[in-house]
Amino acid sequence: MYNQPSPLEVPVLTRRFRLPNSHKIDTYLANEGYQAFEKAIGMSQDDIINEVKASGLRGRGGAGFPTGMKWSFVPRQSPKPKYIIVNGDESEPGTCKDRLLMEFDPHQLIEGILIAGLAVGAHQGYIYIRGEFRYLIEHMDRAIDEAYARGYLGDNILGRGIKFHLATHSGAGAYECGEESALLESFEGKRGNPRIRPPFPAVAGAYSCPTVLNNVETYCAVPSIILKGAAYFAGLGSPKNGGTRLFCLSGHVNKPGVYELPMGFNLMRLINEVGGGVRGGKKLKAVIPGGSSCPVLKADECDLNLDFDTVAAAKSMLGSGGVVVMDEDTCMVKAALRIMRFYAHESCGWCIPCREGTTWLRKVLQRFHDGQGVKSDIVLIGDLSRNMLGRTFCPLGDAAAMPTIAFVEKFRDEFEAHLDGKPCPYEKKLVAA
Amino acid sequence: MADPVKFTIDGQELEAAPGTLVIEAAKRAGIEIPSFCYYEGYSLQAACRMCLVEVEKMPKMQVACTLPVANGMVVRTDTPQTRGARKSTLEFLLTNHPLDCPVCDKGGECELQDMVFRYGAGESRFTETKLHVDEQQWSPVVYYDGPRCILCFRCVRACEEGMGVAALGVVNRGAVSLIAPNGGDHLNCDECGQCIDICPVGALTSGAYRYQTRPWEMEHTGTICTHCADGCKTTLGTRNDQIIRGNNRDRSGVNGEFLCVKGRYAFDFNDHAERLQSPMVKVNGKLEPVSWAKALEVVSKKFGEIKARGGKFGVVGSNHSTNEENFYLQKFARQGLGTNNIDHRRTGDVVTLVDALSGTNGSLATTADMYERKAFLILGADLAVEHPLLSFQIRANYRHHAARIYTVTARAVREDDYAVRSIRKPAFSEFEALEELRGALAAEPELVILFGDTVKEPDVRKLVEFGQSLGIPVKYTALVDYSNSRGAIDMGLVPELGPGFHATGAAGLTLPEMLAAGDLDALWVVGENPLGQAALASKKAFVVVQDMFLTETAKAADVVLPSASAYEKNGTVTNVCGEVQRVKRAAATMGAKPDLEIIGLIAKEMGLAATMGPWLPDTVYGEIRRTVKGYDIPLPLVALGAQQTVPVNGRVGVDVRPDLVWSAHENLFTSGTLGRYSKILNSVIEKRSGTATPEQELARQ
Repeated sequence: MYNQPSPLEVPVLTRRFRLPNSHKIDTYLANEGYQAFEKAIGMSQDDIINEVKASGLRGRGGAGFPTGMKWSFVPRQSPKPKYIIVNGDESEPGTCKDRLLMEFDPHQLIEGILIAGLAVGAHQGYIYIRGEFRYLIEHMDRAIDEAYARGYLGDNILGRGIKFHLATHSGAGAYECGEESALLESFEGKRGNPRIRPPFPAVAGAYSCPTVLNNVETYCAVPSIILKGAAYFAGLGSPKNGGTRLFCLSGHVNKPGVYELPMGFNLMRLINEVGGGVRGGKKLKAVIPGGSSCPVLKADECDLNLDFDTVAAAKSMLGSGGVVVMDEDTCMVKAALRIMRFYAHESCGWCIPCREGTTWLRKVLQRFHDGQGVKSDIVLIGDLSRNMLGRTFCPLGDAAAMPTIAFVEKFRDEFEAHLDGKPCPYEKKLVAA
Repeated sequence: MADPVKFTIDGQELEAAPGTLVIEAAKRAGIEIPSFCYYEGYSLQAACRMCLVEVEKMPKMQVACTLPVANGMVVRTDTPQTRGARKSTLEFLLTNHPLDCPVCDKGGECELQDMVFRYGAGESRFTETKLHVDEQQWSPVVYYDGPRCILCFRCVRACEEGMGVAALGVVNRGAVSLIAPNGGDHLNCDECGQCIDICPVGALTSGAYRYQTRPWEMEHTGTICTHCADGCKTTLGTRNDQIIRGNNRDRSGVNGEFLCVKGRYAFDFNDHAERLQSPMVKVNGKLEPVSWAKALEVVSKKFGEIKARGGKFGVVGSNHSTNEENFYLQKFARQGLGTNNIDHRRTGDVVTLVDALSGTNGSLATTADMYERKAFLILGADLAVEHPLLSFQIRANYRHHAARIYTVTARAVREDDYAVRSIRKPAFSEFEALEELRGALAAEPELVILFGDTVKEPDVRKLVEFGQSLGIPVKYTALVDYSNSRGAIDMGLVPELGPGFHATGAAGLTLPEMLAAGDLDALWVVGENPLGQAALASKKAFVVVQDMFLTETAKAADVVLPSASAYEKNGTVTNVCGEVQRVKRAAATMGAKPDLEIIGLIAKEMGLAATMGPWLPDTVYGEIRRTVKGYDIPLPLVALGAQQTVPVNGRVGVDVRPDLVWSAHENLFTSGTLGRYSKILNSVIEKRSGTATPEQELARQ
C-alpha cells in the first residue's frame, strides 16, 4: 500500500491518488480527467509540443532529456505509421514510482499518451510494462478497457474523428529492457539487446517507424501541463527543471515512501523533514540520489537541491528519483557489491566490457567483502570500472562503473578496513548489537 | 555518384565514398583497426568494442565499425587511449575464455590469440574462478564450446543473414550468455559449417576436423568442389596425403568464403575404406586384383580386337571428370576407336539455351551476376537445396542491394521468403506463369532467369523469346547437376556434338541406346555409374570401368581401373555459369591414377599415343583452347580465378534431345553415387529430409 503523505508534498501527478477508487475512469473524469486531452484536440501539433517544451519537462526515466524536444524530432510527414510507446519497465533499484502512477491513476497515463499521440500524429500506443508487474498489466488493461468503453480510445474518439488505439505489452524481466532501444527490441519480440544509435527512436523506433518513447512519469506529467499551462508546471520546479518529481525515498529513513516534491527540493530536507530523519537516530553516511546507477554522495555532500543540473554538478545524477539513504552502520563494500551483483546479473551480454567487467567486478567485490581482498584489488576495482566507463555499447556499463568508482574513491578507508583477512567491520557491529 | 568524403586517419589524408565506415576506410589505407564482431557483409553489431578509436571533437572514443566517415573527420587509431582500450577489452575477454590453446583446434589461426599477441597485456590480473559449461555436440559436424565463445555473434549472423536458416541464437544473458542451436540441444540446419569458419575462436569446431591436426602441420591446396555444379573453390588442408579440412578462408574463387556441407566436409569419400587401389580383371566371373600393366594389356587387346572387326563401342563420360579428361576421352572415342557412340548423363538443357541465344552477346549469367544484377526469376528450381552458392549469392544480393526475386516453383523454396512474388506451378508447367509476371518483369531494369531441368526444349526456346520480348537486358542460367556437367557438354561428350558445340553430323548412340543395344561389344565407363539405374542389354559386351569405388557398374565390369578422385588430380572444370576453374591435386591414393592418365595409358598400349598426344592436363588444355570455342583462356588467367567461357554464338544446328535431360535433383546431403561414400553427408539428421528445418520441410509439403 501507498505510504502516508507528507505535508511538504506538492501533489500534481499524485493529486488523485488518495481519492477512493482513484483508478476508475469515473473518479478520473470527476477530477479534471481527460480535460487536457479535450483541450489538446483544439490545439495544433506545434502548440502542444511548444507547451511541453516551455514547461521544462525533462524525461523522468533518468537521462533528463527535454521531452518537448524529443517529440519535435519525430518527422511530421512520414509514410510509415508512428507509435507512442511507454517505458513502464521500472527496474532501477531504488525506484518505485511508475508502478504507483499506473496503479492509482492509470487514466492520467492514458491521457498523457493520447496527448502525445495528438502532438506527433500517432494512432497507436503501447505500454511496455515490466514483466514482474503482472498485476499492473491486468490493471492497465482494465483501465484501457474503460477508456475504450467511454470513447477515449478507438477509431473515432469522442466522435471527433480521432483514432488512437492502446495496448499493454509485457516485458520479460530484464533491467536492460528499460533502455529505450533494448525495450524496442524486446517489444518487437526479439532478445532485449540494445540497438546501434543513430537512428534514434524518434526517427526509427518500433518496427523502424517514428516512435515517441518516454517514461510513465513523463507522460503522466503531460495532462497537467496542457490543462494548467506550461508556466504553471515550470513554476513548480527550479529553472530548467520544470514541475514536480516523484522521489522514491528508501533505505535507513523513518518514513520511506514515494513523495511528490518540486524539482530542486533539498536532499537533506527530503531525508529529515519528509522522511523523518535517519532511522534509529543514527548518523547519515551516504545517499544514492537517483537509483543504483548514480554515484553515491557522502553525508557531507548531501546538502544539495534535487534537480538534474545541481546533482550533475555534484558528479552524480538525479536519475530516476530513487533516493537510497544509508546510515553509519552500512558497509560500503557490501553496498558496492550489492549493486554490482545486480548489474552482473542484468548485463545483457551484448558487449564485452560490460558483460565481462561486471562479472569480474562482482567476483572481486565478493572476495573483498569476504575478507580475501588484497591491496592491489582496490586499484583493480577502480581500473576495471574505468575500463568499462564510456566504452560499453549502452549506458548499463556506465551505470555499473560510475557508482563503483564513487564507492572506491569516497570510501577507500572502508575498503582498506576489509583487507588482509579482516572480517567486515560492520557485520561484526551488527552481531555485537 | 556523390562526391567523396575527405578525412584523416592516423595522419593519412584519405577519401572515400559517403557512408564508408571508418574501419573499412582504414583497412583500405592499410591501417588495421582490430575487431571481432565486425564482419564484412553482415549486419553491424558494435558489440566487441575492440575498434574504439579517437575522433577529434568527440568527447568519447568512437566505435569505428559503425561510424561513417565525414568531411574533415580526424581519426586516430593508435594512441595511448585506444591502446589502453584494446588491452582492457582483451583482458576482459580472457577472464572467462579458457587458455586451452594448446589443445584448441583454433590454436595458431585464432583471432583472439593474434589480438592478444598484438594488443594484449603480458599478464592477467584475473585471479577469480572462470565460468565453465560443458562442451556440446550440436550435430555430427558442429561442436560448441561455450567457455571459449567470445559472443561476437558472427555465427548467428552468418546463419540467419548469410544462409537464411537462422538456426543459431543467444540464450541467457551477461557473462553466462551462450549461443544455442534451434533444435534445443541440436541443430536443424543446412550443416554448412559456415558458423565454424567464421568463428574467430575455437568455440565452434568441426566434427570432421577437431583434434585431427595443428593447422600449421597441414598443406593447403585450393581446388574446386566436385559435388554440385556451382563450382565453389574449396581449400583442402592435407597432411600426409590425407584431406583433413575443407574451407575457403582466403575468400578467393567464385564463392568467396561460402561453402555448403558438401564443399566443407564431403571430401571424406576420398579416404573411404572401399576406395579401389588396384586394377581388377574378371576371372571366372570374379574380379581379381591384377597389376596395372596386366589390366591395361587386357583392355587394349580387347579394344584393339573390337576396333579391328568394326565392333560396336559405347563410351560413357562423367559429369565429375575434368575438361581435359572429357576432351581426351571423346577424342579417343572419335579418333582412336572411331566411334561416335559417346555420351554422358545430361542434366540441363544447355544446348537448347545456347542455340536459342544465338546472335546475342553476354546472355549467360555469371556467378558474380547473382550478387550484382537487380532482378531474378527462378523457374522450377530449389536453389537453396540444389545450388547453395547461387542461393547464397542471390540472398546476399537481396540483403545488400535489395534485389527483386520472383519464384515459380512446384514447392515452397527458401527464396520465397524474400521474393517479390512466388507462384506455385507443377513441374514442367512453370512456363505457364510467365505471362502473369510479364508486367512486373518488364518493369525491372534487368533480369537473370535461372531454370531447372523441368524447363527444356521447347520451353527453353519460348523462355528466351519471352525474355527477349521484355525489352530489358536478360541473362540466363540453365541449371545443371555436377561439378563439370557444363564442361562435359562443352567438351562434346554427346554423339551429336563435338567439342565446342560443333555438330558432328555423324550418327552415334546415346547413353540409353548404348545400354539398350543388345549387340554392344564394349562399354567403357569413365567415372559414371549408369548401371546403378539401368541394366545393360548386351550380354557379350566387354565392360571397362574407371572408378574410385566398386559401383554397380564396376561390379558388372570385366576390367576395373581405380581412378583418382577430383581432389587427386589437376585440370579444369566448368561450373553451372560456364566459368572454367582449375582443380588441383591435394592428395593421393596409392594405386589409383587420374582418368586422364588411364586413358592415355590405354591409348599408348593400343599404339595410339601419336594420335592422342601426351596426357598432361596442361597440354590437353592447350588443345582445348585451340578447339573449343570460348575456352581460349590462358591457364595463368584461369589460375587467377574463374573465367567465363562463352560458347558458340550461332545456331548449334542439331536435334537436341530434351528426353535425355534430367536432373537427379541432388539435395544438400546427396551427391549421386559419390555421396554414398561420404560418411559425413550420411551422418547428419537432415539427410532424411534434405532440407534445413522441419518448418521448411512442412512448408514444402
